[in-house]
Amino acid sequence: MEHASFGDQRNATFALAEEDHTLANALRFTLNQDPRVIFCGYSIPHPSEARVNVRVQTTGDPAREVLKDTCQDLMLTCQHIRGTFDNAVKDFRMKNPPDDLTSQDMDSD
Amino acid sequence: MSDFDSEAMADAGVENPKLPPHLELRRTRVLCKADAPTSTDTVQYSGAYASLGVDNSLRFDDFRNNFRVQVNRISHEDMEFDMVGVDPSIANALRRILLAELPTMAIEKVLIANNTSVVQDEVLAHRLGLIPIKVDPRLFDYLSENDTSNEKNTIVFKLHVRCAERGQRLTATSNELTWLPKGSELLKTSESLTSTSKPETYTSFTCSQDSMPEFAGNPISVYPDIIIAKLGFGQEIELEAHAVKGVGKTHAKWSPVATCWYRMLPEVVLTEEIEGKKAELLKQKCPANVFEIEDLADGRKRATVARPRACTLCRECIRDGDDWEKRVSLRRVKDHFIFTIESTGALPPEVLFTEAVKILEDKCERVISDLS
Ligand code: SF4
Repeated sequence: MEHASFGDQRNATFALAEEDHTLANALRFTLNQDPRVIFCGYSIPHPSEARVNVRVQTTGDPAREVLKDTCQDLMLTCQHIRGTFDNAVKDFRMKNPPDDLTSQDMDSD
Repeated sequence: MSDFDSEAMADAGVENPKLPPHLELRRTRVLCKADAPTSTDTVQYSGAYASLGVDNSLRFDDFRNNFRVQVNRISHEDMEFDMVGVDPSIANALRRILLAELPTMAIEKVLIANNTSVVQDEVLAHRLGLIPIKVDPRLFDYLSENDTSNEKNTIVFKLHVRCAERGQRLTATSNELTWLPKGSELLKTSESLTSTSKPETYTSFTCSQDSMPEFAGNPISVYPDIIIAKLGFGQEIELEAHAVKGVGKTHAKWSPVATCWYRMLPEVVLTEEIEGKKAELLKQKCPANVFEIEDLADGRKRATVARPRACTLCRECIRDGDDWEKRVSLRRVKDHFIFTIESTGALPPEVLFTEAVKILEDKCERVISDLS
């Protein structure tokens, strides 16, 4: 899935199968935030093929490692979003004790 | 851009050293002009402002400190919340996952024993497919091509309605779909002719679903009161519907949300004092009732922005000549999303969102393991 020239680890294209804009755009954003990245972008070579190419060029580190770190970062971001969201829902439930119980009963029968 | 108000900027994640205000405004706000919006893109590249000595990279710690979620409304089928401090690429990824990649159960195969109604078989099957099934899809497996239908991957419903009264019309609704926890009841006819073993049905359940702990006392139902067909006298529908797990990418019937969308937080700023007649006019112009008139101590009246969240960006307030565009500045906050999720009933909206985030995590994990 990785296409890089021999001896030049800094620049590579990664072909991710079964992925689309959902992951690629989020990855592109996260990659761009990494100061080690000079250039990155993605393209979907053909709309009826479930595949996306992510291009990564770095200042010196192997592109593969940078992409891995990026995925790790994105995962941490997700975990933080999930945690914050769960707390926010809990908070809301505490402050607004469910008065919609009646409507729930009405609908579930 | 002298009107830049630093107070509103405070929550938008300002770095040290700061960007000049006019650039910061363009970095964090979409500017909605009368003809078209400008500065709509997000500046992603970490070195975008390197020549100004400003680091545009997002440290994870900064993200942690700035990110916040506030729930505005929540019920068992829809919710609205504010998600602040996240890039559109991630908000959009979550939206796309909610629409297309979160699994639910939906009717995929319909075995029609009899259908004399005016609704053709294929239309009927399609209609049945779109009925939301109220069951947690996490309790089921995907049915792959070589699998046989069993209690872990299939839910079977039966529908048998007949209009028996002369001169009457019968409306068959989704209430008439009855769950068959023991699986299919239709016999495979060809099979029973050739073999002497006990007749086979279209599923092979090893146990009844209602004996499984997750469904005991909690029968699987579908969304009630959805009209399936109308029958005239003597017409009859007899069928069996098999629901399987799938995702919205394959067909919209598997989408767990009726819809799911976000909008950026509107920001309406009056760049100069608007008083007297003009204030009245401004208040009147806005169909979303964003502006309010404030009485000043000396008897003058001044326009204020009372409900910026209600702004629909119709731009009515900046029509009628250039000077209005100078007085009122319409903006959108680029990293503040008002997110709305409407569930179809399989899972409550807050669970849907957490599941969507988990799917994005799984995607990252897959890439990491592919690269290692
Ligand atoms: S854009 Fe439309 S809704 Fe928004 S403030 Fe102006 S008139 Fe009101």
